[in-house]
Amino acid sequence: MQTILQDFGLLAAFWMTIKLTAWSAIFSLVIGTVVAIMRLSPVGVLRNVGTAYVTLLRNTPLTLIILFCSIGVYGQLGIVLASRDAPGGFIDTNNFRLAILGLSVYHAAFVCEAIRSGVNTIPLGQAEAARSIGLTFGQSLRQIVLPQAFRGAITPLGNTLIALTKNTTIAAAIGVAETALVMKNVAEFDPGLLWTAFGLIALGFVLLTVPMGLLTSYFAQRLAVKR
Amino acid sequence: MSADTSVLFDVPGPRARTRHRILAVVGGLIVLAVLAWVLLRMDEKGQLSPDKWMGVLRWDAWRYYLLPGLRSTLIAAFLAIVISMGLALLLAMTRMSENFPLRWAATIFVEFFRGVPVLIMMLFAFYFLVMMGWLPSSVNPLVGTVTGLVCYNSSVLAEVIRNGVASLPSGQREAGLSIGLSPSQTRRMILIPQSLTAMMPTLVSQVIVITKDSALGYMILYPELVTSARQLGSGAGAPFQAYVIAAVVFIAVNYGIDRLARWVESKQRRRGRSSGKVANPQDVPMVGAAVRGTANTPGHG
Repeated sequence: MQTILQDFGLLAAFWMTIKLTAWSAIFSLVIGTVVAIMRLSPVGVLRNVGTAYVTLLRNTPLTLIILFCSIGVYGQLGIVLASRDAPGGFIDTNNFRLAILGLSVYHAAFVCEAIRSGVNTIPLGQAEAARSIGLTFGQSLRQIVLPQAFRGAITPLGNTLIALTKNTTIAAAIGVAETALVMKNVAEFDPGLLWTAFGLIALGFVLLTVPMGLLTSYFAQRLAVKR
Repeated sequence: MSADTSVLFDVPGPRARTRHRILAVVGGLIVLAVLAWVLLRMDEKGQLSPDKWMGVLRWDAWRYYLLPGLRSTLIAAFLAIVISMGLALLLAMTRMSENFPLRWAATIFVEFFRGVPVLIMMLFAFYFLVMMGWLPSSVNPLVGTVTGLVCYNSSVLAEVIRNGVASLPSGQREAGLSIGLSPSQTRRMILIPQSLTAMMPTLVSQVIVITKDSALGYMILYPELVTSARQLGSGAGAPFQAYVIAAVVFIAVNYGIDRLARWVESKQRRRGRSSGKVANPQDVPMVGAAVRGTANTPGHG
């Protein structure tokens, strides 16, 4: 157990999982909200762009999206996300950020759909009332619809966060040193420890995701708009 | 406030219409500018040259790489969905049973495998099989991939079935009990069949999740579509193009399944065949008892 935690760097790998999750959660929430607003907006072009984004991203495997970030965004477009003398080494830092990019754009599609399902929980009359007192689309979205939509979308948003946490393992596809890579290394270099490694990693993920689930249910009930 | 979000805004007047037109043009221009920039960069790198694209579009590429890859993807997805569905039914029934130890075991199984990433399960199953050497080494990747998919998806589907049962009107269960059926007979003969009808669209969309997740087989060298695209790409010297084609194929297949799910759902709604709402994995809470009715958004993996 000591070997896995230290020699194979499992603790560092879990810290990586947490960092990937936190950054991707922030970015996907921002991108997802923007796409959701586009999909709700009165401008047809923006609505179509939003729909296309969700359809394309949701139907592509995350493995492919993360590979695209590496060979497309970095390899072909030459977009560099880390400075050449980054403290963690250029390649590692860059791959870490590319993984965050991939995870964010993918989960943003689900955040968008979660927010739209939150909008669906709002009674029609609310929007009509907002219009009837003369609020514009932007005002009614900002002051009436979105605040309630977020509160109504807590369950799907929480589930997206949990899925995101688990999906960070796919960053191993471009060599980010996180738990799936540890699992691979253990299996290749010290197969006798396979069960221990699996047990520890599974336990780690259960410890990460169970509180998220509990908090989600708690806040979903606590913050739900009582109707 | 479902299908019709147009209540959010009034019928636009002349000024609003001008504003919308400006927004549409600006938005469209931004999208076009990004696309143009991407294409220019690709062209600079020589990625748009016909040679590179012909390398992955010619018939040989499809015959030896892409179509076999797609077949492997579909085989893994098909096996996973069939096995998951059977296991999910079993798990859902066990988790609702009156027998305490059984219920407890099913609960632990479901909550555990919903918490463990699919990829970790796949890696574990694959390396475990390699270590044990029970099977010929050529089938280990397939079994590893399917095992990973089944562990996760059977748990999720079991919760969806349970959620579907919970969203049925309570009279359904009472009616069964009042004509003298036992609780487990009531579940088997009345509740679960209705829950299955209600979750038909969800089941179909879960096929998308499974098809997509089968791409994780890439990590244990299961020769599915992404793996074969990698082989094709490195062989033809066009890795980027090969992955683009793989993505297009995935999007086409999954979009087709998505449309099928919607069609099933609209058909059901028209006929009013199910008494429950459509259950949805994304809205099934991760932990514990709070099973509730659901809104209708797609699930994911």
